Amino acid sequence: MKFSLQVNGRTHDVDVDADTPLLWVLRDEIDLKGTKFGCGVGLCGACTVHLNGAPVRSCSLPVSGIGNGAITTIEGIGDAPVGARLQKAWIDIDVVQCGYCQAGQIMSAAALLARTPAPSDEDIDAAMNGNICRCGTYLRIRKAIKEAAKTNLGSESGATAARKGT
Amino acid sequence: MLGERHLADSAVGCTQGKRHSAAGGASRRDFLKVSAAGGGLLLQFSLRGIAKAAAMDQGDAEPSAGPMMSAFVRIAPDNIVTIVAKNPEIGQGIKTMLPMLIAEELDVDWSQVRTEQALLDPALYGRQHAGGSTATPQNWEPMRRVGAAARQMLIRAAARRWNVDESECETTSGQVVQTSTRRALTYGSIAADAAKLPVPDLRSVSLKDPTTYKIIGHSTPGVDSPRIVKGEPLFGIDTVVPGMLYAVFQKCPVFGGKVASANLDRIKQLPGVRDAFVVEGGPDPHTLSPGIAIVADKWWRAEKARRQLQVEWDKGAGAAQSSAGFAREAAAFAAKLPQHTLRDDGNLTKALTEAAHVIEAAYAYPFLAHATLEPMNCTARVQNGTAEIWAPTQAPEPGRKLVASAIGLDERNITVHITRSGGGFGRRLANDYMVEAAWIAKTVGAPVKLIWDRGDDIQHDFYRPGGFHFLKAGLDADGKVIAWQQHFVSYGRNGKFAPSADLSPDAFPANRVANLSYGASLIPLVAPTGPLRAPGDNALAFVFQSFIDELAHAAGQDPLQFQIDLLGKDEVLPGKGAGFNTARVRGVLEKVREVSGWGQRKLPDRTGQGVAVYYSHLGYFAEVVEVAVARDGAVKINRVWAVGDIGSHVINPTAAVNMTQGAVLDGFAEALLQQVTIEGGRVVQGNFDTFPLLRLTQAAPIEVHFLTTDYSPTGLGEPPLPPAIPALCNAIFAATGKRIRSLPIDTAQLKA
Ligand code: FES
Ligand code: FES
Repeated sequence: MKFSLQVNGRTHDVDVDADTPLLWVLRDEIDLKGTKFGCGVGLCGACTVHLNGAPVRSCSLPVSGIGNGAITTIEGIGDAPVGARLQKAWIDIDVVQCGYCQAGQIMSAAALLARTPAPSDEDIDAAMNGNICRCGTYLRIRKAIKEAAKTNLGSESGATAARKGT
Repeated sequence: MLGERHLADSAVGCTQGKRHSAAGGASRRDFLKVSAAGGGLLLQFSLRGIAKAAAMDQGDAEPSAGPMMSAFVRIAPDNIVTIVAKNPEIGQGIKTMLPMLIAEELDVDWSQVRTEQALLDPALYGRQHAGGSTATPQNWEPMRRVGAAARQMLIRAAARRWNVDESECETTSGQVVQTSTRRALTYGSIAADAAKLPVPDLRSVSLKDPTTYKIIGHSTPGVDSPRIVKGEPLFGIDTVVPGMLYAVFQKCPVFGGKVASANLDRIKQLPGVRDAFVVEGGPDPHTLSPGIAIVADKWWRAEKARRQLQVEWDKGAGAAQSSAGFAREAAAFAAKLPQHTLRDDGNLTKALTEAAHVIEAAYAYPFLAHATLEPMNCTARVQNGTAEIWAPTQAPEPGRKLVASAIGLDERNITVHITRSGGGFGRRLANDYMVEAAWIAKTVGAPVKLIWDRGDDIQHDFYRPGGFHFLKAGLDADGKVIAWQQHFVSYGRNGKFAPSADLSPDAFPANRVANLSYGASLIPLVAPTGPLRAPGDNALAFVFQSFIDELAHAAGQDPLQFQIDLLGKDEVLPGKGAGFNTARVRGVLEKVREVSGWGQRKLPDRTGQGVAVYYSHLGYFAEVVEVAVARDGAVKINRVWAVGDIGSHVINPTAAVNMTQGAVLDGFAEALLQQVTIEGGRVVQGNFDTFPLLRLTQAAPIEVHFLTTDYSPTGLGEPPLPPAIPALCNAIFAATGKRIRSLPIDTAQLKA
């Protein structure tokens, strides 16, 4: 079946079985390999993307259920100031070990910060507990979210942040 | 001495590389080889010279022909230095760390450095392997010499250009500077000249004074991180080869089973399916196992087709095995003398009779899976008598050998691309998935990407073996340990332990308890076992360090001081690697006592601190865990202090802290959450619902400290893990008075 998807602000036409999870459409039809396969059943968060700004597990979302919804993936999240700040914080705090979970982590964190610019530890717990990191980088994930939130609050927009060199 | 020892081990173990050395000749073997390439300088280093020297120092035989180790350094005219990272990156940070060693002695700024992952070519690069925390001890010296030799050549080239003596020149930040005039030349501007110079003997090059290090010992974020946070394709599963198909491979759920029949005609009719066939395979799980391959135009279609698969399995003898059955067999063994004596010191019977207290305990722990977050996968292209493999693997060289013999190709005709791995933990030391991909690609005559799903991953692992320990110890009236008896019921057959299921006769407190016996009895096992992060130690630390804590409490002594007293005088006891250094054990214990405020704070009700220490893979770690146990039995880890001694330098501190925290959390996951259960010869668990991984809310703050000692630096992937488990269990005892003797921890038993 043919579907027309809005991914990272662009339209992609794909021809796949209607039950194909969005994950495999992104990875193998649109060649966006950043979204990862971990469990296939919504248990690990490696496949997290945004659908209309909300974090979803793309492994458990059939392509037929997406319609015109706007999808954002890790490849596109840096275009948003919140995403760019998180990416920078992830590097500055040196979060990554193997890195396989980190796209999903950043996507969940970006959805959190978009909703809750100054998250408490409880907010972080609630938003991030569905994202497994097998390497155990959780302490730094928490720290990087707080770091990104700090720069978030320290400036009204990404442009201001850039001028300040944050 | 430690570093040399390991160089020697490695040289003896390295038999690859004959094909290159034949063409290379003597100069190639012993010296740095240089050639100009692409306008820049291509330095190709052969370190066989120092490998040989180290081997001979140890009195070992002449290593096999071929360079022991080498690396590429490329310096472009714009002064960008490209350093090839030779080992597989699995999250341990090696792609950053090995180039740091070269860059330090080359005397360049890290900002000038780019890194590149090497192809598999052990003749050129030396051992390309990720496992056993071996990369640091094996590469610490050679990689620095590689950098220093290149630096020396660049100095020579600059001195000639200026017509001055080399002694008048120094280097800084990728430039050669004439000391008196301060005029400077960038490395990039003299690289082509340097390429024409004779090369120094690597043994002769001088190394920096460590107090001047600008890169070693300075936190350096992972080189791939900027790409990872943007989702760029780096992992094995991201591989794309033009025209590739996708495959799934269904193995027999029962270990050792075979395919009797399957509805392949039906499967071949399904949308997108290009082929479906039986793979005969054989009994060795490390290579091709029996199963059914389904190849489709899309992975999802192959996976969907698998759901329609109906297979008659010939289950074989393995179907009779179960975890419950193993526990029954262990109990039966416990009533008897061990089948095998591993060690028998002094007069145990007499000592136990004379003891003031005798303490008995039975410990058990389950099988575990690795559950790397990136499932096993591999992409293969086999055509015209050659093969090309893209594999997330910790052991590419053995993988290539297996592929060569499975598909009947010469290893020389197989190219292996070492991709980044989404975790390893020992799972990817086995290359079963690599052989499967190659076999399937060869059979269908097209490039194939094989991806396992999570069920495949958890049900077809090389498991951390479970085990049972029956212990009895005697204390004298002063609380000193005078007798130790341990009957280990493990897995294996014909007097041989299954992989990673062994116990060293030198395991501490051997050599410190005068009357001590270690014995073993073996249950034959069909399921495959193998190394999981800190193999052996991840289970044995729980047993030894928990039981020592029991003895401390029985003796009415402080558990931490009891551990120190048990060490006796400072010396190196026989043990794995460089031996068990009691002074280093004492060092980390004393430091953790200090930083954790051990015994200094009054803790609330049902809150306690536990300590454990372990020597694993050449590293020493002592850890204190503070835990609060709720009245419903829920365990909350409040804080952790980890103190490590991995020698004179922590090469990349940020990565070292990250790795230590991850390893400690990994230990907690094993202690609190995980088990693999076998029923009817197959694994019961199949995804993260039944085999849970630790989550963010379960991650306690972990304070990490490193001692600096005079020993050559060693690895960090494994050593922090083993003590985490007993430190947690000992803390639970301190909080509740309930002793954890079986894993995973059953919190129902901890109810108030
Ligand atoms: S792959 Fe989607 S949640 Fe695990
Ligand atoms: S960094 Fe490896 S799974 Fe998170």
